[in-house]
Amino acid sequence: MIRNLLLGGILCAIFIGAALLSFVWTPFDHAALDIPGRFQTPDAEHLLGTDHFGRDILSLLMVGARTSLAVALVAVGIGMCIGIPLGLWAAARRGSLVDEIIMRGNDLVFAFPSLVIAILITAVFGAGAINAIIAIGIFNIPVFARITRGAALSLWEREFILAARVAGKSAARISVEHILPNVTNLLIVQGTIQFSLGILAEAGLSYVGLGAQPPTPSWGRMLADAQTMVSIAPHLALMPGFAIILTVLGLNLMGDGLRDYLDPRLRVART
Amino acid sequence: MSLLSIQNLNLSIHSFDILRDVTLAIDAGEIVAITGESGSGKSMTALATMQLLPQGAHTSGHIMLEDIDLTTLDEAALCDMRGNDIGMVFQEPMTALNPVKTIGDQVSETILIHEQTSRSEAMERAAKTLERVGLPQDRFPLSRFPHELSGGQRQRVVIAMAIALRPRLLIADEPTTALDVTTQAQILTLLGKLAREDGMGLMMITHDLAVVADMADRIIVMRNGQVVEQGQTNALLQNMQHPYTRMLFSASSHKVTLPDTVTSAPLLEVKSVSRDYRTPRKTLLGKPGLFRAVNNVSFTLGRGERLGLVGESGCGKSTLTRALLGLEQVQEGTITLNGEPVFTGNKPNLAVRRCMQVVFQDPYGSFNPRHRVARQITEPFHLLETPPTGAARQKAIDEALTAVGLTPADAHKYIHEFSGGQRQRIAIARALIIRPDLIVFDEAVSALDVSVRAQILDLLAELCATYNLSYLFISHDLSVVRTITDRVLVMKSGEIVEKGATEAVFTAPQHPYTKSLIAAAPVLPELKGTIS
Amino acid sequence: MLRYTFKRILSLVISLAVASLVIFTVIEIAPGDPASFMLGINAQPETLAALRTELGLDASKVERYVTWVTGMLTGDFGTSYTYRTPVADMVAQRIWVSLPLALYALTLSTVIAFPAGIFAAARRGRAGDIGVMGATQLGVAIPNFWFAMMLVLLFAIKLRWFAAGGFVGWDKGVWAGLHSLTLPAIALALPQAAILARVMRSALLDVLGEDFMRTARAKGLTARQALWRHGLRNAMIPVLTIIGLQFSFLLAGGIIIEQVFYLPGLGRLIFQSISARDLIVVESVTMLLVFAVIFVNFCVDLAYAAVDPRLRARA
Repeated sequence: MIRNLLLGGILCAIFIGAALLSFVWTPFDHAALDIPGRFQTPDAEHLLGTDHFGRDILSLLMVGARTSLAVALVAVGIGMCIGIPLGLWAAARRGSLVDEIIMRGNDLVFAFPSLVIAILITAVFGAGAINAIIAIGIFNIPVFARITRGAALSLWEREFILAARVAGKSAARISVEHILPNVTNLLIVQGTIQFSLGILAEAGLSYVGLGAQPPTPSWGRMLADAQTMVSIAPHLALMPGFAIILTVLGLNLMGDGLRDYLDPRLRVART
Repeated sequence: MSLLSIQNLNLSIHSFDILRDVTLAIDAGEIVAITGESGSGKSMTALATMQLLPQGAHTSGHIMLEDIDLTTLDEAALCDMRGNDIGMVFQEPMTALNPVKTIGDQVSETILIHEQTSRSEAMERAAKTLERVGLPQDRFPLSRFPHELSGGQRQRVVIAMAIALRPRLLIADEPTTALDVTTQAQILTLLGKLAREDGMGLMMITHDLAVVADMADRIIVMRNGQVVEQGQTNALLQNMQHPYTRMLFSASSHKVTLPDTVTSAPLLEVKSVSRDYRTPRKTLLGKPGLFRAVNNVSFTLGRGERLGLVGESGCGKSTLTRALLGLEQVQEGTITLNGEPVFTGNKPNLAVRRCMQVVFQDPYGSFNPRHRVARQITEPFHLLETPPTGAARQKAIDEALTAVGLTPADAHKYIHEFSGGQRQRIAIARALIIRPDLIVFDEAVSALDVSVRAQILDLLAELCATYNLSYLFISHDLSVVRTITDRVLVMKSGEIVEKGATEAVFTAPQHPYTKSLIAAAPVLPELKGTIS
Repeated sequence: MLRYTFKRILSLVISLAVASLVIFTVIEIAPGDPASFMLGINAQPETLAALRTELGLDASKVERYVTWVTGMLTGDFGTSYTYRTPVADMVAQRIWVSLPLALYALTLSTVIAFPAGIFAAARRGRAGDIGVMGATQLGVAIPNFWFAMMLVLLFAIKLRWFAAGGFVGWDKGVWAGLHSLTLPAIALALPQAAILARVMRSALLDVLGEDFMRTARAKGLTARQALWRHGLRNAMIPVLTIIGLQFSFLLAGGIIIEQVFYLPGLGRLIFQSISARDLIVVESVTMLLVFAVIFVNFCVDLAYAAVDPRLRARA
C-alpha cells in the first residue's frame, strides 16, 4: 500500500513539477526551430531528442504537461463542484422527484459515448483548450454525482444521522456537517482516477486536432504529428506516449494507495 | 471414545493469540453449549473444528473426530469431511444462502458433492430433509429462492443443508441470535430434536445463558480464548467454581431496582395513530397497495414514568418509534409531547424536539466517526434557543460525562477509542445533556455484552434516581424490559395487544400472544451461589 | 419479469427521446444558423437561402425536430449535403466495419480479462495477483491510439505481418476482413481488457467475502468449486454493467482508432462530416451511436434480471 502511494506520488510529483518548472525554465526554448538539427535521437544535449522541426522534445513535453494537467484539473474541478452537490441533494431527497430527475440525468449522460460528444462539442463550438475542458468536464459531473449519491445514501441510514435528524437539523445542514466529511475520502480517490482519465481524454482530443490549438504544445498533438514519421523517428512517438503513460500510471497508483491509506478499517489499527 | 475431542488447541492469527490451550470433548448424542462474551473465542473454536480458519491462522494441538486428527488432514480430506461428518450452521440466516440459487439446488448440493447419486434423487432427498426441518413441500417447493423466505425459514434451510447427510457432529454458531424470540424457540426445539433423532453431537455456541441453561447437557464457559469452566449443566448451575462464570450468570439475570416515582401529568400522548406504507403495484396497471404498519395505537406516558414497548421484528415498533420522534407523518391520529404535536413537516419544531432525545441500538453507528466526543454530545445544543458557550458549555460537557461514569478528559477523544459499552454511555450523555423531558431508548442495550449490559442498566437506575427520568424503553428482550420499566406495552402486527404494569403483565399475561411470547423466551433458573 | 421489462422499455424510449432532443439542440440550434455554419462565412446570401430551403430551415424548430425524428423512425436519415447520398446508405456500408470491429474488440477484451481477473482473485495477495494487478495498472494507463501506433510500428512496418491501415473489405472472405481488423481490435481491446480484469477481480473478491461462500465451504465444496459454482454467478452482476459500459467506450474509442488505421467506419464518417461541416450526417450518425449504447444498456438490464431473481421479484 505504501509502495503504491510512494511510487505514484513520486511520478505525479515529477510531472507536476515539470509542468510548474516550465513556467520559469526549460532546457531549450520549446518553440525554437532548428531544422538542421531535427530528428536527433536522445543524447547528452537533447535528453529526449528533437522533433521534425528540430525542437527539443523534453522542453515540448514540459510545456505540454501544463496543458494536459490544466485541462484535466479544471475538468475534474467542474465535475466535483457540480456533481458533488447534486449527489448530496439527490441523497438528501431520496425517493423524491428531485432524486429521480438527477438519477435519470446521470443515466442519460452516461448513455452518451463521451468521446463522440466531446468531439461533437469541440467541433460545433470550436476547437481549443476551453471547449475541451467543458466537453470533458461535462462527463465528470455524473460520475461524481453518482458516487456521492451512492455513498451518501448508505450514510443516511446510519444512526448518527438519525440522531442529527432527531436533533432537528435540516437535511442541507446534515449533508454538509455529517455526510460530506464522511464521503471525502471516497471522492479524493475518485478525483485522482478522473484526473488520470481526463489526461487520457485530453490526449485523445488533441490527437484528433480538437484540443489545445497550435502554437500551444500538447502531448496528444505531438503524437498526431509523430504518426506519419513513426518509421523514421520512433522516438517522436515514444516520448509523448511514455509521458502520458507515466503520468496516468502515477495518478492511478496514488489513487490506489490513497484508497488503502484512507480506509477506516485500517485507520483504527493504526491509531 | 468421544465423538469430538479438542486437545490443547492454540490458535493465533497474524501473531494475535486467539485461543490458548482449549480442551473440550463432545460425545455422540450430547448437546454441549460453548458460551462467553464477545472476543471469548467461541466462534473461532467452531471454525477451527471445521478447519475453516482465515488466512494467516496458525494452530497447534489436536482436534480428534473419533480417531482421526483433523489438524493432520489435507484439504481434499477436509472437504470430504465437511458437510458429511460435520455440519455447520451460522449466525446470519439472511446472508447465509446464495441469493441467485433455489433452495432445492442448495440443499441438494450437499448431497451431490459427497455421494454419487442422480440429480433427481438428490432433489428428492433434499425435499425430505426440508420436510424434516419444518418446511413442507406444498408451501416451500424446491424452486423457492432465499429472498422469498423469512429469517427463520432461511435458517431452517441452512440447517437442512447441514444435516442432509446426517453428520455425526453438528456445530451451530449463534444460530438464533438474529431471530425473534418465538422463532428462536422453534429453531432451538428443532435443533434439539434433530440431535436426538440422529444421535448427533451438537456443539451449540451462544452468548445467551438462558438458552444454554434450557438446552445443554454440558456447559463450557470461555473467556479471552481460554476455557474457564466446564461441567454438566445442572451441576454447574448449582455450583459455579470460577468467579467469571458466576459474574456472567449473575449479569444475565441482573435485576435493577428502580427508584419509586410519582407519575404526574401526561407527557407523551399517542391517540389512535395509524401509519400506512405504499406497497409496489402487483400488476402492471393495478393500484399500489397500502400496508398498515401501525394500526390504531393509543397510549399515554406520564411524567416520571418508565414505559416499556416489546414486540418482535416486523411488529411496527420501528415505524412507531420514528413517528414518535417526529421523523415521519402518520396517516391517522395524533402524537403530542407536552401538548404540542411532534411532527411539523419540513420545519421541525425545536421547542418540542428539545423535550425529547433518543439513544439508539448500535454503539458503532450512532456516532460520526470524524467528530470528537465533545462535539458529538453537544449536538442537541442546536435545539436550545441560547446554547451555552465557553465555560458554561464546558461545564455541561463535564457534567454529562461524569454522570454516565466517564471522565471530562474523554471529551477530546475520537469515538473509535471507546468500547461498545462506553459508547452507549456517551450516547446516554448526549441524550441527557439538555435535560429533556422524555428519552426514547431504542434497543439501547441489545447490542451489548451481558456484563456490559448489566452495568448500563445500573447506570440507568442511578440516573432515574438523580434526574427523575421519564423514558420509553423499546426492546425485544423481555428480561431487560421486565427489570427496567414500570409499565409495558406489547405490540404485534402494528397493534398494542396488551398493556399494564410490568410485573402484572409478565406474571399473568392476558392476551394469547403475550402468553406465547413469554412462554417462548428462555428463562434463567434461580441460581444459587451467584454474586448478585 | 413482465413489469420489469416494461419499465426498462419505458426507460429506453424516454432516454432516446431526451437524447434526440439534446443532439438536435446542440447541432441545429447551437451554432445559430446551421446553413452559414455549413457554408462558411463567405457564402453568398443566395446560396445560403437555397441551402436553408433545402434543409427545411425555414420551418420552426419544433417542426424541424418532429420531421427529423419521424424521418429516423421510418428509416430516412436524410441526405448528406457533401456526398448527395442518403445517409442511411452511407451508414449501412460503414456499419459493417464499425460493428464487427467493436464486437471483435469486445470478444478479445473479455477473453483476456475474465481468466486474468479470476486468476488474480483466486490468488489474492500472492505473486500471481500482484503480477496481474501490475499489468492492468499499466494497461489502463496506455492511450489506445498510441498503442495502435506502436502495434503498427512493430507488426506492420517491422514484421510485415499486417497492413499498416485500410480495410480490405468483406468480399475477399471473412478471414481476410478479420485480418485487417486485427491490429485495430487489439489496440482497442487491451486497455479495456485491463479495466475489465480489475472489475472482475474486485467483483469476485467482494463475492468471496460473502457469507454464503462460507456456507458453501462448510458443505464440503473445495475453494475452487465454491468460486465457480457460487462466486462467479453473483460476480457477473457488476461485471455485466461494465461490459455494457465498455461497449460504449469501444464505440467511442473506435472513432479514434478508425482514424489511426484509416478504416472506413462510422467514426471516420463522423470526422469527415465534421470537417466538411455536413451537419445532417453528423446529427444522424451521432443519434445512431447513442441509440446503440442505450440499447446495449437495455439488454444488460434485461440480462441482470435473468441472473438475479431478486430483481425479477422486486419489480
